[in-house]
Amino acid sequence: MSGGARSGPHVRGRETVTETTGPEPGPGYADYRIGDPLVDGKAPDGPIEERWARRRFEAKLVNPANRRKHTVIVVGTGLAGGAAGATLAEQGYRVVQFCYQDSPRRAHSIAAQGGINAAKNYRNDGDSVRRLFYDTVKGGDFRARESNVHRLAEVSVEIIDQCVAQGVPFAREYGGLLDTRSFGGVQVSRTFYARGQTGQQLLLGAYQALSRQIAAGNVEMRPRTEMLDLIVVDGRARGIVARDLVTGRIDTYFADAVVLATGGYGNVFYLSTNAKNSNATAIWRAHRRGAYFANPCFTQIHPTCIPRSGDHQSKLTLMSESLRNDGRIWVPKEPGDTRAPADIPEEERDYYLERIYPSFGNLVPRDIASRAAKNVCDEGRGVGPGGQGVYLDFADAIARLGRDAVEARYGNLFEMYQRITDEDPYRVPMRIYPAIHYTMGGLWVDYDLATTVPGLFAIGEANFSDHGANRLGASALMQGLADGYFVLPATLADFLARHPHDEVPADHPAVTDTVAEVTDRLYLLLSNNGDRSPDSFHRELGELLWDECGMARSETGLRKALERIPALRAEFWRRVRVPGSGASLNQSLEKANRIADYLELAELMCLDALHRAESCGGHFREESQTPDGEAARRDEEFSYAAAWEFTGPGTPPVLHREALEFSYVHPTQRSYA
Amino acid sequence: MKLTLRIWRQSGPEDPGALRTYEVDGITPEMSFLEMLDTLNEELIERGEEPVAFDHDCREGICGACGMVINGEPHGPDRTTTCQLHMRHFEDGATVDIEPWRAAAFPVVKDLVVDRSSFDRVIGSGGYITAPTGSAPEAHATPVPKAAADAAFEHAECIGCGACVAACPNGSAMLFTSAKVVHLNSLPQGAPERETRVLDMVETMDAEGFGGCTNTGMCTTVCPKGIPLSSISTMNREYLRALRKGA
Repeated sequence: MSGGARSGPHVRGRETVTETTGPEPGPGYADYRIGDPLVDGKAPDGPIEERWARRRFEAKLVNPANRRKHTVIVVGTGLAGGAAGATLAEQGYRVVQFCYQDSPRRAHSIAAQGGINAAKNYRNDGDSVRRLFYDTVKGGDFRARESNVHRLAEVSVEIIDQCVAQGVPFAREYGGLLDTRSFGGVQVSRTFYARGQTGQQLLLGAYQALSRQIAAGNVEMRPRTEMLDLIVVDGRARGIVARDLVTGRIDTYFADAVVLATGGYGNVFYLSTNAKNSNATAIWRAHRRGAYFANPCFTQIHPTCIPRSGDHQSKLTLMSESLRNDGRIWVPKEPGDTRAPADIPEEERDYYLERIYPSFGNLVPRDIASRAAKNVCDEGRGVGPGGQGVYLDFADAIARLGRDAVEARYGNLFEMYQRITDEDPYRVPMRIYPAIHYTMGGLWVDYDLATTVPGLFAIGEANFSDHGANRLGASALMQGLADGYFVLPATLADFLARHPHDEVPADHPAVTDTVAEVTDRLYLLLSNNGDRSPDSFHRELGELLWDECGMARSETGLRKALERIPALRAEFWRRVRVPGSGASLNQSLEKANRIADYLELAELMCLDALHRAESCGGHFREESQTPDGEAARRDEEFSYAAAWEFTGPGTPPVLHREALEFSYVHPTQRSYA
Repeated sequence: MKLTLRIWRQSGPEDPGALRTYEVDGITPEMSFLEMLDTLNEELIERGEEPVAFDHDCREGICGACGMVINGEPHGPDRTTTCQLHMRHFEDGATVDIEPWRAAAFPVVKDLVVDRSSFDRVIGSGGYITAPTGSAPEAHATPVPKAAADAAFEHAECIGCGACVAACPNGSAMLFTSAKVVHLNSLPQGAPERETRVLDMVETMDAEGFGGCTNTGMCTTVCPKGIPLSSISTMNREYLRALRKGA
């Protein structure tokens, strides 16, 4: 039982670093080895409705008086991390928590717009835990674990109760009860929302609970501090190496368990809807230290984002999926039609989602809506600059409901759209185009959310667990809060109770080696007198991935990317230029260090996409489609989660397959027609 | 577009800092203000100079990380966050002054980056409802009148960017603090801590070095989320009420 920080070196310049070994850029790979199958040893069997209750009962507890002797590191303060930190501290554990932002309130969960799902069935429209479970397994294209998804659906109802008690101002009806709306891929109305700022309100709820624990001295909060590596001692995660972003100091922090709540890796694409500084370093460094990385190719492309306006573009902005409740998506019937939308008569418009998928219409799941948009643009029917856009039209909704009602539902989104594009969506249809939004892949975790490194847990978007190959709208908030408030606090206690350990000596070779690797790498970045900015590499990598590992993937394209990425990585280490020093706030250094990890992660993503020669959910392989162009799964060969083991930079990783079994939802070809 | 930028450069808290002049070219009206700064920073890196440090993250107007005083106005001429300000609001050839938030309670960290941790401590002193995980009653057990829910939401929209403090001649955090007080005190769930919340938060706000409020209203005119000035008067009433109750 241990905790606390120990100071290490600054990275200042040449003189402070002992020896430069440097990261090997590695030759690259397009191959892999098959390892032992992976089994989730924690999921209880028995009827699926009883599994979570049984697991909680079988979990060992930590006596309240002993909890303060346990230190838990939580990295990240989004919905998952904020909820976990607050809850663990309330329970009596000592929490040391980290975020790279200046305040825990700014984690990117804050930008989630549309809502959060819960199987409350307040609408009496046929919803139930079983239906939410079913919709999520199906929406994920049968690539998620049934046990996990069922637990998520069960816990969803408690989340709404918890958030209301915290004062989250959800939208309400005149009678004072909670309002709901519909999201893609479902036919019930189970999405709770706070105008277009649901993520903000849920995150502030978690942040406020966390702030209370910080003020009470139960959480030691370290803002502007970024985790750069994981400390593994005798096979167990025992702490992290982190950099104080203001002073540049490298410190080590020790704990009884480490929880990564660091979000997804969508920024590997450079242009995405993620926050600019969201990054994959924590999960990638953990992967390099032994945590398997599962399904990295499962990335979600959100159908409704504002199209890019030029090469200067630094990020993409999402327009909430909730807009598809009332907006109608269309393109001109004829390719090359450049008339203004108002000049295109009704009979010359193609409301293609309503035409192809009559029962779900504009509310088909995200992967399907995105691909359909790509297809019509590829046919030359796209609108706006470069033909990379489709219309999302509110004219009918405004005629039916009135402008005021539309404004009450979507006012802030319309305002945001107008600010960015200088077009008024009340008068002119919005132009939208798909963009990278979320990553279903992440660190492999068992039912307890434990990674393959004992003592290391991953929650929220950082893990791979619940969404299979495609996440349904309004389910990310649900999963982040489920993991943070309810699941992890139960399973972490079991781990702490069963695995006592001794304190780690600060001079343990595993500690000093990890610190040396971190400082050496920063030193290399700073002293590399190159001629290219970190961002220029990031853009190049992003474009390559978008072309070859984006909305449609092919063997030829992926092989090309797998050849190009190692070359780009080598060029990065040869030519990157990072001005300034490591001993103060240096945002270029932060960026460069993150990009170095993207250059490794991208390779694994492409390999995973290459090996999975089927289409499923957000992973569309051109070689595997139905005659009408829908994703064709190949269950006999690929009904498994692909968990990759790191074997060294640029050397072929080892694939461990976790077979997926479906006893409650029978895998079928998804149909939303 | 071509612009002349006069940007506050300060290497650290101890450095006195100064405005430095830079020229940028190739700016387009569609660019956001931060993308304009990205363009400058890329050029600085190419020249081997240190880029301008500024806080930013979501770049969609919700995280509250970004914020700079542009031509004397927090977040610049459009009533939004700096990241949502677009270059179409500037004339070709214009000179633009860019400075950090100026307030005693927000010390400068570097260039345009300031330390706003005082806001977190204000929230930690009472800006929450005590509801430990697992203790919540069924969500529909307490209906909340729509008017109260809407009022709570309107105040809960605050993103904690600090523009209100930067705009205030007194460096006061009354709008920030009152937004949270009114959000939580409007709801039945917030009632049990109604008095202690306002007293503790105001006490912390004062202790953090924020100035007093003299009702100039600058805070609300620059607030990117439109937190109303009435928020402050409501908090004042809550404060007096709490004092009278002797909480």
